[in-house]
Amino acid sequence: MTQITQPAPEGSAATAPALLSLHGVQKHFGDLHVLRDIELEVTAGEVVVVLGPSGSGKSTLCRTINRLETIDEGEIRIDGELLPTSGPGLARLRSEVGMVFQSFNLFAHKSVLDNVTVAPIKVKKVPRAQAEREGRELLERVGVADQADKLPAQLSGGQQQRVAIARSLAMKPKVMLFDEPTSALDPEMINEVITVMTDLAKSGMTMVVVTHEMGFARRTADRVVFMDAGRIVEIQPPEQFFTAPRSERAQDFLSKILDH
Amino acid sequence: MDHLFEQRSAIWDAFLTTLSLAGISGLLALVLGTVLAGMRVSPFLPLRIIATGYTEFLRNTPLTIVFFFYVFVTPSMGFSFSYKVAAVIALTCYTAAFVAEAVRSGINSVAPGQAEAARSLGMSFGQNLGLVVLPQAFRTAIPPLISVFIALVKNTSVAGAFSVLELFALSKRLTNAYSADVITILIGIALCYLVICIPLGRVAAALERKAVFGR
Ligand SMILES: Nc1ncnc2c1ncn2[C@@H]1O[C@H](COP(=O)(O)OP(=O)(O)OP(=O)(O)O)[C@@H](O)[C@H]1O
Ligand SMILES: [Mg+2]
Repeated sequence: MTQITQPAPEGSAATAPALLSLHGVQKHFGDLHVLRDIELEVTAGEVVVVLGPSGSGKSTLCRTINRLETIDEGEIRIDGELLPTSGPGLARLRSEVGMVFQSFNLFAHKSVLDNVTVAPIKVKKVPRAQAEREGRELLERVGVADQADKLPAQLSGGQQQRVAIARSLAMKPKVMLFDEPTSALDPEMINEVITVMTDLAKSGMTMVVVTHEMGFARRTADRVVFMDAGRIVEIQPPEQFFTAPRSERAQDFLSKILDH
Repeated sequence: MDHLFEQRSAIWDAFLTTLSLAGISGLLALVLGTVLAGMRVSPFLPLRIIATGYTEFLRNTPLTIVFFFYVFVTPSMGFSFSYKVAAVIALTCYTAAFVAEAVRSGINSVAPGQAEAARSLGMSFGQNLGLVVLPQAFRTAIPPLISVFIALVKNTSVAGAFSVLELFALSKRLTNAYSADVITILIGIALCYLVICIPLGRVAAALERKAVFGR
């Protein structure tokens, strides 16, 4: 295990074992070195917000964690287990990592309820009746219970994203990844999704969130990870990061997004 | 006209032969072609190579040669089929390559995020394909698939040249027997093909409308 060099999040024990750890991760797209020497540990219940300019590798970082992208070097562990490269072991670990995409990616041909129940039924072999009961509870929790029988295309963007969150939660993941979950939404729908995410964070879910919602980052993050050009430049609690960023690049980034 | 009427039971039999050749081969080709399309997008290189090789080879071979192979070559290799079974096998193998292409283009039209979401939920390749990608791929694949099946119905006529008494073989027989009535006989036989192909086109249009709503 690598030593935890970043400051531990407030309120969490510094000795808690990492639920998610990335160590020495390198990733190239052809000549482009998109992830450089990534070291990151996330403890159970922690909310980590990833910030950084466009193209800095935030999405790629998220996607390597459940191996939607392969890595060239380094290791990624989920709850101590090394992420396998393929096969049933990989599928099982993936099912323990929820992923919410910018473009929702709800199964277009399945009803809202089926979207939420298909993976528990087929992957975890949960009996249908139980999966539907739990699915309806989750839809209730994200506030779309009345849409259960509709097709995704009949829902607003905000509703679709909340269903997507419920679909991931239905697998009872250990950690949830969010890649710009509100970036494809009309402004008036951003808050309903942020509210669901905030509630989820309060319920103790471990979360890695790539977002441009600085309000969410300030209020909900335990730590902010700032990336630039494929590197993690600094990791700080949000108050420090937003008021006194250490690196010049973070200062520059913040002045750009907070100025306009 | 009289001759067509006299021969109605022979025409009916030949019509059923054509229909069953097309129906059975069509169903089998749909299954084989879908498997081939799945192999072409699988993560296993050997499967991709086999499926690509098969599809390219069969798609670019005249159907008559495929028939020749099953009717004359395989018996010499120790397998022997009746002419009709050989015809079904030849039509299936040939049509499957076109089905595979139609289904593959359907798969390519499904947004990549769909398969990514399935993978991130822990679905296996087979579950991903069967539960998420193919149901959506078939919707876009319906129009090209119907064209493939219409071509199949017409391709059954090749079986007539290999001793299967289907519509085309019958038309040759009848035009030989009643050379004065060639035109009516040919029109009568052509109508039989239309009876099969036009409803296929209708089905395609109806399914397409349904697919639009299902999106
Ligand atoms: N599949 C790919 N093939 C080649 N290059 C890619 C691919 N995906 C991403 N990249 C490149 O890798 C770099 C990092 O991309 P990434 O999407 O991770 O950035 P990001 O921080 O998420 O940016 P944004 O804020 O715009 O979403 C970018 O330069 C991008 O163009
Ligand atoms: Mg991104």
